[in-house]
Amino acid sequence: MTSVDAAYSSWGRPRVEAGKRVVRLWWRDQGFPADRPALPFGNGRSYGDSCLIREGAIIDLRGLDRFISFDNDTGLLRCEAGVLLSDILAHFVPKGWFLPVTPGTRFVTLGGAIANDVHGKNHHRAGSFGHHVRRLELLRSDGTRIVCSPHESADWFTATIGGCGLTGIILWAEIALQRVPGPAMEVETLRFSGVDEFLELSRSSHNSHEYTVAWIDALNPGSDGARGLFFRSNFAADQRPVAAPRPKPGLPFTPPVSLLPKAAVRLFNAAHHHWPRRSRQYVHYERSFYPLDAVPNWNRLFGRRGFFQYQCVVPYSAAEAIGALIARVARAGEGSFLSVLKVFGDHKPAGWLSFPRPGLTLALDFPDRGEQTLKLLDTLDEITVEAGGAVYPAKDARMNAQTFRRGFPSWQRLEDYRDPAICSDFWRRVAVPQPGE
Amino acid sequence: MRKVLIIGATSAIAAAIARLFAKDGDRVFLIARNEEHLKATADDIAVRGASVAGYRSLDVNALDEHRAVLEEAEGALGGIDLALIAHGTLPVQIDCERSPGLTAQELQTNAVSTIALLTRLAERMEERRSGRIAVITSVAGDRGRQSNYVYGAAKAAVDTFLEGLRQRLHKSGVGVTTVRPGFIDTPMTAGFRKGLLWAKPETAAKRIHAAIGKGTDVVYVPWFWGWIMLVIRFLPRSIFKRIKL
Repeated sequence: MTSVDAAYSSWGRPRVEAGKRVVRLWWRDQGFPADRPALPFGNGRSYGDSCLIREGAIIDLRGLDRFISFDNDTGLLRCEAGVLLSDILAHFVPKGWFLPVTPGTRFVTLGGAIANDVHGKNHHRAGSFGHHVRRLELLRSDGTRIVCSPHESADWFTATIGGCGLTGIILWAEIALQRVPGPAMEVETLRFSGVDEFLELSRSSHNSHEYTVAWIDALNPGSDGARGLFFRSNFAADQRPVAAPRPKPGLPFTPPVSLLPKAAVRLFNAAHHHWPRRSRQYVHYERSFYPLDAVPNWNRLFGRRGFFQYQCVVPYSAAEAIGALIARVARAGEGSFLSVLKVFGDHKPAGWLSFPRPGLTLALDFPDRGEQTLKLLDTLDEITVEAGGAVYPAKDARMNAQTFRRGFPSWQRLEDYRDPAICSDFWRRVAVPQPGE
Repeated sequence: MRKVLIIGATSAIAAAIARLFAKDGDRVFLIARNEEHLKATADDIAVRGASVAGYRSLDVNALDEHRAVLEEAEGALGGIDLALIAHGTLPVQIDCERSPGLTAQELQTNAVSTIALLTRLAERMEERRSGRIAVITSVAGDRGRQSNYVYGAAKAAVDTFLEGLRQRLHKSGVGVTTVRPGFIDTPMTAGFRKGLLWAKPETAAKRIHAAIGKGTDVVYVPWFWGWIMLVIRFLPRSIFKRIKL
């Protein structure tokens, strides 16, 4: 195994090289790389520094991209951890199968989806990705291989779901695909204003619709709170021909400055809200789940400085915190391009460090304007923590140890299961004891 | 549905091409050195739609095993429509310069074993008067360069052999495709710093798969290598010997 220099970075931090060196794994029997400390790396779609190790080696796992087996009766798919969800979809949707849970981009690896216990628009029904993982194999730096599941070596399993890749290299996993009638989805769009109206819509849709999510205009909150659009959908029982979106030309390079000035975002948001649209339409699943995937490298729109994603979850009982967060952002005049609101279901979190938990989740993005942005995010942390909530590690690049530890009280347990040869910049910041602590 | 034999099937390029055969629903037999990796590759293409007739581990340098293995493959497939030969090693040039033994061994792996396999495959296909042989050589065979002329010499030998074989088999209706890849990002080239000229195995595979389908004689992969090598081949020797390539 050779280490070479290469440019790897996270999705929101284009200027930061993910690691000093890169080691690539091509086969499951290859063994744990000797270059340490190291961090398993999938497709680099985490936004912050949970996929970075600036003083260490990146273990690039995209070479482990093989399917291993598929049971056509049960939908049980076993494949290597570097397989992209897009590869699974390309092969299995035409055969009538779909991912049990999908995040907002299909360009993540299976291993990454597990390590971040990603969630999707059907959390209220299906829980998070980790709830559909049946088994997986971990390769530890001491050479041991642990096959674990909810029933065998269950502690390793629960540590690894949402474990930020720290418990070992995930070599392969088994997930249960679900039957779908075809690629067409029936999507309904409803306008709302205020968090209460959003909650009411969520409540009334959760039995009838597999997928729900809301977009909110965080820049132009109305007098009665955030206005927004509520999307609810199901795979269409009566399939009709729908076209996959054609990939648009992406940015071939990263511009020096953000191409999303505040005024443009404000305009876009207003247009997006008022754009006349049919309240009910049939669309291809890619349009519904992965609108941003149609623009390759959309992260480059934010310029060389990159951007921060802020996603938090607060318990149902503290729903008013969502209004407070949105008001705080609006007061700061910071533009969030895509602000997303969703109600999580009551599923018990699948892993010790799983982010999805019963409550409301809000996702915002902010171009990195340096100190002022960091300050704003700190005040958002205060509101989240006060509400008994948590900030999503996969999207974070800056929360402090205290915020993290309050949101993820089991963090110390994970530290006990962390592979001694694995670390990340994120983990160094929030969990590894600092000198004098 | 074609009946396809792939030798060196666990190489990144061959495995990527195998996935395209899988998508076509082809019937495939795989040969490579490492049994574990063969199984992983076979499982992958089986899920992707290939009908895997079997796989068999073989050290291509064991020439006396070729006949039995090829017969096994042909038997399992029920005939061979297409044979793709993709095995190879990339020696460190400087090590070869210090070791005649290593140089000979690299020529053995990259040229002699391939030519031996081709000899048997060609005989069978000529008898049956149908089929296609595709072999992955390299742009390195187009002109000897100081940075890798041992590898280049082996690939040039195969390339020249294929040129003659193509002529001989033409009248029997058997096609020969010579594939000359440039820089492809695979485990074989893991030690190199990657730049603009590098292509992914999947990209290479698409072009090779299409060339095989169309019955192209010689294909550069990616396409721009044809032009690069045209320039390199026509550089006057008086200049060529003075530069570093």
